[in-house]
Amino acid sequence: MVPFNILVAVCLVYVGFLFLIAFAAERRAARGRVGWLRSPLVYTLSLSIYCTAWTFYGAVGYAARSGLEFLTIYLGPTLVMVGWWLVLRKLVRIGRRQRVTSIADLISSRFGKSNLLGVLVTVICVVAATPYIALQLQSVTLSFGVFASDAPEGWALPNQSATALWVAAGLALFTILFGTRNLDANERHHGVVIAIAVEAVVKLVALVAVGIFVVWGIAGGWQGVVETINSSAIAEWQLQPGRWIGLTCVSAAAILTLPRMFQVMVVENADERHLATASWAFPLYLLLMSVFVVPIAAVGLTTLPAGSNPDLFVLTLPLAQGQGQLAMLAFLGGFSSATSMVIVASIALATMVSNHIVVPLWLSIRQRTAKGRATGDVRGMVLMARRLSIGGVLALGYSYYHLSGGSAALASIGLIAFLGAAQILPAMLGGIFWRGATGAGAAMGLIVGFIVWIYTLYLPSFGEDGLISHDLMQLGPWGIAWLRPHALFGIEGLDPVLHTLFWSLSLNAISFVCGSLFTFPSPIERMQGVAFVNVFDTDADTRGWSRGGAEAEDLLIMAQGILGADEAQAFFQAEAEAQGKAGLLPDTTPEFIDRLERRLAGAVGAATAHAMIAQFAEGAVVSAQDLMAVASEAQQIMEYSIQLEAKSEELARTARQLQEANDKLRDLSVQKDAFLSQISHELRTPMTSIRAFSEILMDPELPPGMQQKYAEIIHDETIRLTRLLDDLLDLSVLENRKVQLNIKVANLHDLIEKAVRAASSTQPQRSFTLHRDPPAEHIPVITDTDRLLQVFINLISNARKYCDAERPELTISARKRGGRIIVDFIDNGSGIPKEARRLIFEKFSRLTDNNQAGGAGLGLAICREIMANLGGSITYLPGQGGAAFRVSLPVRPPKEIIERAKTS
Amino acid sequence: MTGKVLLIEDEPHIAEAIRYVLDRDGWQVVTHGEGADAMRVLRRERPDAVILDLMLPGRSGHDILAEIRADPELHGLPVLILSAMGQAQERARAHQAGASGFVAKPFGNDEIVRALREVAAR
Repeated sequence: MVPFNILVAVCLVYVGFLFLIAFAAERRAARGRVGWLRSPLVYTLSLSIYCTAWTFYGAVGYAARSGLEFLTIYLGPTLVMVGWWLVLRKLVRIGRRQRVTSIADLISSRFGKSNLLGVLVTVICVVAATPYIALQLQSVTLSFGVFASDAPEGWALPNQSATALWVAAGLALFTILFGTRNLDANERHHGVVIAIAVEAVVKLVALVAVGIFVVWGIAGGWQGVVETINSSAIAEWQLQPGRWIGLTCVSAAAILTLPRMFQVMVVENADERHLATASWAFPLYLLLMSVFVVPIAAVGLTTLPAGSNPDLFVLTLPLAQGQGQLAMLAFLGGFSSATSMVIVASIALATMVSNHIVVPLWLSIRQRTAKGRATGDVRGMVLMARRLSIGGVLALGYSYYHLSGGSAALASIGLIAFLGAAQILPAMLGGIFWRGATGAGAAMGLIVGFIVWIYTLYLPSFGEDGLISHDLMQLGPWGIAWLRPHALFGIEGLDPVLHTLFWSLSLNAISFVCGSLFTFPSPIERMQGVAFVNVFDTDADTRGWSRGGAEAEDLLIMAQGILGADEAQAFFQAEAEAQGKAGLLPDTTPEFIDRLERRLAGAVGAATAHAMIAQFAEGAVVSAQDLMAVASEAQQIMEYSIQLEAKSEELARTARQLQEANDKLRDLSVQKDAFLSQISHELRTPMTSIRAFSEILMDPELPPGMQQKYAEIIHDETIRLTRLLDDLLDLSVLENRKVQLNIKVANLHDLIEKAVRAASSTQPQRSFTLHRDPPAEHIPVITDTDRLLQVFINLISNARKYCDAERPELTISARKRGGRIIVDFIDNGSGIPKEARRLIFEKFSRLTDNNQAGGAGLGLAICREIMANLGGSITYLPGQGGAAFRVSLPVRPPKEIIERAKTS
Repeated sequence: MTGKVLLIEDEPHIAEAIRYVLDRDGWQVVTHGEGADAMRVLRRERPDAVILDLMLPGRSGHDILAEIRADPELHGLPVLILSAMGQAQERARAHQAGASGFVAKPFGNDEIVRALREVAAR
């Protein structure tokens, strides 16, 4: 038999293996090579988290108890997948267009970015997922127990509850490590998806292996299996049409509304076309998972001793036949089923809890207590909220397991969860197909359905005298018979699941429809309604912002707090480029703010993103144009106006480019004059000292000690003059691209090290703190290393000279991103005033005419030219607090630069 | 005649050279190295003449000259302008603004002594 320690060790090794796969996938994705990480096959396999431990162990138990009825659980999803064109395609399109992060976000976003709805859906999902997570804990615990009971004395499980607790804690840790390592801007978890795809293969292989063993190893081929089935209780099973139809509907609803399914199907979807593959491949997977269920159940019922738990036949059959290794494989399959479900479900739930409950709370507290706006480290807060939420979700699951006694059949627990999640279906379908649906209606439907579900199915699931007393179950509250949880409104004798299905969904849908008909949607709700329902008809995006005096820099600072600096800067830069502007700060047009909002929504959800933006853009004013677009039924008018809009946008872009070019030309002509008089000044100043002191040296009355000192001054000023001329010549060579390049390979770390050393010898000698991350600096660079070094030295000594903080600090951070090497130099001073930033890279644009600092104001101009010669760039980074410069360089020098280095 | 002269010049070496030369000529030299605070120093020191560089950090020499000429108490103060721009138009501009004399950099030591004496004697 398999000793307990080895079992635990195998689990740990398996988890470690998954972690490695996830880690490798994320590394790959970070390097921009997504490729097969997002293939239709991986997508289909990831959908298999639908098959949890319930399917793996529970289906056999289900078949042993109720015959072929277990097939309904596969039938519903199959229908949804085959009919993907109808609903799934629309969900995925909306999810992508609106950057939906979760099912709560979908509902909240559709009904006017209402946070109330977000909270409501989150609560329903968390409560409904609780029994489901308990189910996974129970199955893992039971499977441990199977090995324990067969084992020799010494490691029998002393306490099932304690085992479940350990399993829950382990899974929480695992999920936190897996799912919240960083905050993805678009909520895509490459690592997790790959890991669950691998687990999908493991569980399929395990179940098929057990099936093959049972059919050919025990029953002696299909002939034997058919005989066994005919002689077992399964053959006497009666078809109940009501339950078949009902359960098929429930499972069809569940695959659309379960948070974890929504996560893998919609949020993690990389390409709509993957749905087409999944529409046949996923039903095929389900078929393979179910084909051996009845044989295993029948053989288990006949060969194992009476009273064995049919939920565990998958494990106990191989064990009873002495097939320890096969049992181990089956155990891993079940373990995979449970872990993948728990991981994805708790990631999805944690996203909802943090986006719809924690962040809005934090925002409102921040706004009430702190003056000003919440822009700080939202990222860190969100991550922490997610980690805590994962812990909380698993704690709830464990509590349910503990309270319900861990004894119920796996299938019945699963159905409770399915029905809970299904309460979201009316609001979801109504939201994407019916423009008249309103948030008030959705809220009413959700609340009514949720209450009926809790009362008639969830609370009774804890067993009689669990949370609901025996009397209440039998006689109804206050003795009112028609309010009995299992016989609402006097309908008796119905199966509890069907009873809840009927009442909760019908009352839910009726409330939703009536509520929607009798309430009036707000403008923003209307706009979102059009955007959702007509998602295929138009590319026009609705807008909610007027140009409300938002400062691009403020928005950038906020976006950096949420998306992270790199992501936010890249987004702003792309937006500025699209507008025809240089630098990182685009004009805050309504279109830009809207795109920014959707980008932020990808990280923190629609409602929160809307609230964050609202701090800066004055009011969510809906323009007359938007309202017209909403009201207009005529598609032609809309399309025509879209074309016009595109044209006028293009014109505006050209105008902006022209304006900018014009400004630049005017500045350049002013600069040329200033340049000449500056040169004159810079040359005459040292010449004045040289002439004056050489005449003084000729003075016969000069005190004897002074001769030496004055000669030194002459010497220093001559050097200053030479350096100035060198700089000017250097600049002119660089500007004409005639500089001789000497391409070498070096370690970036060594270059920075050298630059720091060289710059520390410059004046002034004051205390100066450097922050660096040396391990990250070890990046090979292929370029003219002397020239790059010159740029680094210049930036570091500039920070030393000009940083006006009381305790000057400079942070140098280096990294490789998208084929470029990026080095940022950020000090903690007061930075460079906005209006001066455009000119700092021009010649002689020294900001303060402070000669103590030395130099003629050519440094940054030379840096800019050097970087241009090296095929890279140097830019000012706004929104960092102090003065901040970014040096960016291609990993490999462009071809023409290599050519130039060769010829020169 | 000689007396007290305030030298407003931001280049320390140039200031040192001028101080040496004027010292030798019998002047009491007070130096000040930037523009922003120059008027306060001027009112405190009450010099007999001012040598003013045009390119100063903080505040330009042109501004300072204008303020001197606008102040009735300082209206007659002799001001000798130092400039790294030697062109005629720069010189004319300084005179128009009320400069008493103009010396272009680089200058000979005799030149500055002579120019200061000239403006102080007027």
